[in-house]
Amino acid sequence: MACFLVPTAEAIVTTIASKVIEKKENSPEEAKKHSGNTENAGSLHVPFSRKLKWLNNMLWGGSALLAFEHVWHGEVVPYFPFLTAASDPADAAEMLHEMSTVGVTMAVLVSAVWLGMVAVSSVIEKRVQNTSAEDEKEAAS
Amino acid sequence: MTLLTSVFAAVICTAIWYKNAPKNDMMVGTLCRMYWGASLMWFVDAIFEYAELGAEYFTPEPVDMLNDFFLGLSVVALGMIIWVVVLLVKDPKGALKKALLKSKTA
Repeated sequence: MACFLVPTAEAIVTTIASKVIEKKENSPEEAKKHSGNTENAGSLHVPFSRKLKWLNNMLWGGSALLAFEHVWHGEVVPYFPFLTAASDPADAAEMLHEMSTVGVTMAVLVSAVWLGMVAVSSVIEKRVQNTSAEDEKEAAS
Repeated sequence: MTLLTSVFAAVICTAIWYKNAPKNDMMVGTLCRMYWGASLMWFVDAIFEYAELGAEYFTPEPVDMLNDFFLGLSVVALGMIIWVVVLLVKDPKGALKKALLKSKTA
């Protein structure tokens, strides 16, 4: 009925968070912090704001396509109150129940998959960093 | 059927993205993530529906199946429209900018 609103709300929060984090990462202080690392480390490191954008894309994209499905089924209308279920108290209660079960599960599953993607990317980053460190050692010796 | 259509779209996009990786001039990665996000959400929807209907979930009426397939195709088309708009707005290759400048100077 309106389950897509939960991932949409999460998308709003993560979009704001990614903008704030991106600003922080691009600040001169952060750049100074990273300049102490090895020369290659910067290029091997995927900024967290970029990883957060993966989640934003999944949440915004999924929510938009699901919203279209709700329009298709006549559950979302272009006039007030926009959600057909909101005009009737019994339907509204059912809608809230659906949001708290289906909607929350959707948000949790997308976030869990994203966490998996972040974990895999971290492992790959570490592997590449280790390999390049070994190569540097070999070149030095 | 909508879930199946979006999963197929996501898998095809991922294969195209992988073929061209690490180049991402066409922002296919964004389209992939959009379809995967939608697929995951419809997967959850399917689980809840299955919990409610049981085995009946797997034997839909042909009319419902056709309608769902039509919806799935429309969803894929909408996803592509969103992707094209994002691509033209972000213009990672600078092609739109160049084309506009060219038409100005010509």
